Amino acid sequence: MAKKMALISTKGTLDMAYPPFILASTAAALGYEVQVFFTFYGLPLLRKDLSDVKISPLGNPAMPMPMPIPVAFQMLPGMESMATMMMKQKLAKHGVASLEELRDLCLELDVKFIACQMTVDLFEFDKSEFIEQCEYGGAATFMAFAGDSDICLFI
Amino acid sequence: MNFDKELNARNLSCPLPIVKTKKALNDMASGQVLKVFSTDSGSVKDMAAFAEQTGNPLLAQEEANGEFIFYMKKK
Repeated sequence: MAKKMALISTKGTLDMAYPPFILASTAAALGYEVQVFFTFYGLPLLRKDLSDVKISPLGNPAMPMPMPIPVAFQMLPGMESMATMMMKQKLAKHGVASLEELRDLCLELDVKFIACQMTVDLFEFDKSEFIEQCEYGGAATFMAFAGDSDICLFI
Repeated sequence: MNFDKELNARNLSCPLPIVKTKKALNDMASGQVLKVFSTDSGSVKDMAAFAEQTGNPLLAQEEANGEFIFYMKKK
């Protein structure tokens, strides 16, 4: 029987969006059966359009920047978009796949995406904005799979 | 070494060389050999780990001009 990996994706920033998709696609390529449960701020990663996914240097002192930017400036309008643009250029330059590409690879490799129904209701998300390949469920749905998984990570 | 299919995974970072290798193997018959080109130095360990975990033998690997070449047989 195939090994199983269960992930919980809870963060929606560009940097924190990568690990679940990288781990899920890799595990699926290795023959694992994979499910990812998207909850709270992880849920927007199931949107058809991922262009709103951003990274901020604010409160993120480990983020490498070409020059140091004082915290007082990091909160100015446009800084987040600028940091996001720079990060996306860096990712592309180093041949790192885009989030959309990684997510598509996950789907091709039969990774199952579960969207947290409670979060959808809480934030009044419009389900038509989400990709059609996700299922909706709650914590118990996730436990049914995670309960006998070989790897289980909260990201 | 003889091979049946070639995969260009140059200039791609983790996990793409592995994931694309898996996808390429999906379209091949048992016993056929896939030749993979990669420029990701991390792929050396990753391809070995992929071979070990999936049971597709890594027949040989070479390094030339900053490129890594792998020959993987589909189980």
